[in-house]
Amino acid sequence: MAEAEKVEVVIVGAGLAGLACAYHLAAAGLEVLVIERGDFPGSKNVTGGRLYLHPLRSFFPHLWEEAPLERHVTKERLTAMGKGSSVTVELSSERFKEKPYHSHTILRAKFDPWLAERAAQKGAIIVPKSRVDDLLWQEGRVIGIVASEAEIHADVVVAADGAFSFMVEKAGLGKRRKPQDYAVGAKEVIELTSGAIEERFGLSHGEGAAQLFFGSLTEGMFGGGFLYTNIDTISLGVVVGINALMEKEPGFELHRLLDSFKERPEVKPLIEGGHPVEYSAHIVPEGGLESMPQVYGHGILVVGDAAGLALNTGLIVRGMDFALASGALAAQTIMEAKKRNDFSPASLSRYEELLKESFVLKGLETFREVPRFLQNPRLFNLYPQALSESLERLMWIGEEPKEKISTTLWREARRAFRFSAVRDLLRVWRI
Amino acid sequence: MSIDAKLALDAFKIDEESHIQIDQTRCKERCQTRYCLYVCPAQVYTLGQEGEILIRYEGCLECGACTIACDTTLAWNYPRGGFGVQYRFG
Repeated sequence: MAEAEKVEVVIVGAGLAGLACAYHLAAAGLEVLVIERGDFPGSKNVTGGRLYLHPLRSFFPHLWEEAPLERHVTKERLTAMGKGSSVTVELSSERFKEKPYHSHTILRAKFDPWLAERAAQKGAIIVPKSRVDDLLWQEGRVIGIVASEAEIHADVVVAADGAFSFMVEKAGLGKRRKPQDYAVGAKEVIELTSGAIEERFGLSHGEGAAQLFFGSLTEGMFGGGFLYTNIDTISLGVVVGINALMEKEPGFELHRLLDSFKERPEVKPLIEGGHPVEYSAHIVPEGGLESMPQVYGHGILVVGDAAGLALNTGLIVRGMDFALASGALAAQTIMEAKKRNDFSPASLSRYEELLKESFVLKGLETFREVPRFLQNPRLFNLYPQALSESLERLMWIGEEPKEKISTTLWREARRAFRFSAVRDLLRVWRI
Repeated sequence: MSIDAKLALDAFKIDEESHIQIDQTRCKERCQTRYCLYVCPAQVYTLGQEGEILIRYEGCLECGACTIACDTTLAWNYPRGGFGVQYRFG
């Protein structure tokens, strides 16, 4: 890179948000440079994970038809784990089998290079193996970046540098990072044949399953387990709140939690005979709306995970659709600002308006209370344990005569549910 | 499966300089909790015989959990461009 190069837009990070932004800007004819610290786009990225496509269709018409998607999810499972028992709810839906499909499992080291290729075809320049070290400032506004000791000037810098964003920090747009606003996930990718995956999960060709687990697997800590079927691999992992890990006595390492999760009878037969081919980890923004940074400044916009755009409702975990949409909305903002030739905060605040009008901030607004609700430890120890134990007692036939169902239920309910449960239930109603 | 066996599955490009710095004196004096030992999913941090924190930066998965947990002394950055973990699945 030559010194003091000037482009119209510099995007820091070639993940989903950065690439979505680059794709739209380049398509509109703007000069875009995407700087990526990894060897190639996707080489530093991790997902659970699954991508919901319906919210994105209007932002990227027809783009997904050629995408390297793994399996379309037709089976959803939720497992509440007790110590020696568990309860699984399974949804099989014909609706999920209709095209265009509802959601797909993906692997980022395959998906992101493909999206980068699409952005490059539109004219975006993607520079890998280069870390952005600093922002360039002039009279209180961001005028570019420093990467590999070269200065690059730009009208706008887009911070797309992920959940741990140094750009947000350097731009002074973020709040202090609090451990309760983040979780950390660890995942293994386990190789199995496509046939074995379809047989074990009861799937037709190309179909996929997604399963979330909560309860005793996290030893009472905020978090859970996940399993997603890819074409010929399974993504299996655990996610735990950082503050929950900090407060745990005695201390417990995440990779050990993952190992005991793999040994659980609910999981072990699903991955039997499979070979682990990768171990990865990443932090996840869990704070919701309250912990988001300011998403615009003078000459700078913040997109995707860097903006804290992720949502965990316990039943649904999403973030990649938010990232892609936020990148597209940032691009729209920049194109409008470019016409006015005005990159002041007043002009770029349009981005926040667009986010608020879109499914992204509407979604985060609807589930505003969820992050605090999920900090309740009873959700991860008492309730899943009580649920699976109660069902176990209902189903059990011993030597003694079976008592009335209502008697069992009443005793179980009295054992597990105290006054706090009424309050917890009321809180569920509010979210 | 040990953490070393897990990390051995990954492709790393190791820089000769560490992207993680710790002020050992400050760490020993001010930190009782040693959260870094538990929040790191790659066990980059272990306890030395003198109570110092040993850093295996080579196996860092670049998640950032340690910096969020540590409010004492950790200076953590991403590895330089082209170095560190390179996921093949992600």
